[in-house]
Amino acid sequence: MRPALRGLGLVVAVVALGVVIVLSVWLGLRNIPLSQLWRVLWHHDGSVEAVTVHDVRLPRTLLGVLVGAALGLSGALMQALTRNPLADPGLLGVTLGASTAVVAGIAFLGVSTVSGHVWIAFVGAAAASVVVYLLGASGRGRATPERLVLAGAAITATLYAFNSAMLLLSPQSFGQFRFWEVGALAGRGSDVLAQVAPFLLAGIPIALLLARPLNALALGDQVGKALGAHVGRTRVLGVVAVTVLCGAATAAAGPIGFVGLAVPHAARLIVGSDQRWVLPYSAVLAPILLVGADIIGRLVIAPAELQVGIVTAFIGAPVFIALCRRSSPGRF
Amino acid sequence: MIIRFRAVSLRVHPRSVTVVITLLLLTFVLAAISMTTGDFPLSVSEVVRTVLGFGDPATEFIVNRLRLPRVLIAILVGAALALSGAVLQSLTRNPLGSPDFIGFAHGSATGALIVILLFQGSMAEISLGALAGGMLTAALAYLLAFRRGVQGFRLVLIGIGLSAMLLAANNYLVTRASLTGAIAAQTWITGTLNGRTWNQVVPLLIALALLLPPTVYFGQKLALLELGDDKARALGVPVEITRLALLAISVTLAAVATAAAGPIAFVALTAPQLARKLTAAPGSGLTAAAATGALLLVAGDLAVQRLFASPLPVGILTSAIGGTYLAWLLVREWRRGRL
Repeated sequence: MRPALRGLGLVVAVVALGVVIVLSVWLGLRNIPLSQLWRVLWHHDGSVEAVTVHDVRLPRTLLGVLVGAALGLSGALMQALTRNPLADPGLLGVTLGASTAVVAGIAFLGVSTVSGHVWIAFVGAAAASVVVYLLGASGRGRATPERLVLAGAAITATLYAFNSAMLLLSPQSFGQFRFWEVGALAGRGSDVLAQVAPFLLAGIPIALLLARPLNALALGDQVGKALGAHVGRTRVLGVVAVTVLCGAATAAAGPIGFVGLAVPHAARLIVGSDQRWVLPYSAVLAPILLVGADIIGRLVIAPAELQVGIVTAFIGAPVFIALCRRSSPGRF
Repeated sequence: MIIRFRAVSLRVHPRSVTVVITLLLLTFVLAAISMTTGDFPLSVSEVVRTVLGFGDPATEFIVNRLRLPRVLIAILVGAALALSGAVLQSLTRNPLGSPDFIGFAHGSATGALIVILLFQGSMAEISLGALAGGMLTAALAYLLAFRRGVQGFRLVLIGIGLSAMLLAANNYLVTRASLTGAIAAQTWITGTLNGRTWNQVVPLLIALALLLPPTVYFGQKLALLELGDDKARALGVPVEITRLALLAISVTLAAVATAAAGPIAFVALTAPQLARKLTAAPGSGLTAAAATGALLLVAGDLAVQRLFASPLPVGILTSAIGGTYLAWLLVREWRRGRL
């Protein structure tokens, strides 16, 4: 795509995200006319509509935007760091670390509230990714992409085993966990948003600033070093950013797969392999998918809701497949 | 090392041969342990006599009805999954290109879950559902990826897209089910050998016997394909057909294994990697991978039966063993300063 068109495309995507945000605040089980929506948005007059907008839809929408951006960015980072187009942000053990912590929290500590799960999940995500990085970095002090991938696979397998054993030995925990596992934005109020927003807002700029050194590293560690990139520093910062972003996103909304894997691919199919474009595109396209899926999940079987993790896969996957069919997939 | 005998010459990698023989011996020892120990301990000679058909009715039931089919299934499923993973990882030249990540297993799971949760089907029906689900998913992925030939990487990506939808559908089915149904489904998804009989062994044996010749024939060409399409073509390999055949073999192996025992996680991913590290040989190392897979599953199933009071699915221990062992190998390499 020509450079001028890339910029224009990004503007179009941002506008589309704005439209999706407005729709997400507007649409739902309770019908609120646009004029009234505008009024209660600025004047919290204590009416049912105002409470719905301020306490339910706004936090949910903002959380969706932040979680989506975090998943898209951490996926793009992960694929660039490991130079593996099949890497997804969960590969560092972040997602399963969070799941394991939540399972343990439910089974041993009896934690059953959404906001209680958030901290536990975040601690688990961070711990797992530190272990994976140490394991991957252990080869003569350097974390080569191949070792990171293998270390991630090893830790993921072990945690998966632990999870399944606990869930099958304790049916009550499984009864709670199966709903967390699907991934949802519903029922997350402003308290959850306040818990995770600082981490997400700190992680996003770190991720975006890594675009230039990651471009250099795409050619291999040696060439990257010759081009003036700090190999070790870039990798450590990258892992920190992935952990913070994906960990906080998983803590807030449960393990939402696919977004982090597919959106960076879509971004690369549109703009090529320049990380300075791939990262921003991923950060904008992912929330469009996530918030859009959340709106549809709210409306399609109203008054019940379909969890966002399910809708994301069912909307995102056909688009992704169509994109893969249309053009030859971007390699590194 | 090269062995020549008249017109035949064979290149042998001594360390690989040692590793494969050791793995097979270990598998045999563990299989013997799991045939002789348990709630009803038997001596080795009693087991041998019973297998040959000279046992009394009680040992006959325990050995030939309960223990033998279970051990055979563990060996066959482990080898099939590992082979499937080794072929796919070599084809995509990517350690993540295993059936676990591309997840045709999710298609098998969807088929099985529909049978378990919507029709309360028998075990044979569940196996059929899993087989149909897995093969349909793979066929659909192939059709969607077809544009003037199939490029391996595009197929993998489309497989990921499809499996994301199927995984979501599986999760949805599990949240909609009753807790009892959900636990039954979860047990199946984790992969278990509990309650397996000759009804699962015989079809598995036939399927693998049919798949073995093409696997050996096309498997030899994997090392050439790893050089890249152009070089392989220059060396006389019909690239497109070979790749299609290998993909079909890998998918069928995984689907057949999954139909017999459920999607046992991470064997296809870790076994080929472990085999590669153990043999330190170049190339795809199909034999070593198959032996590693068989050993992993036999060991996991033995541990699951003896360590836990309630019968847990074997998938749990294969991932635990495979995962920790891979982690340990990485740490050991670090100590030795290799890599």
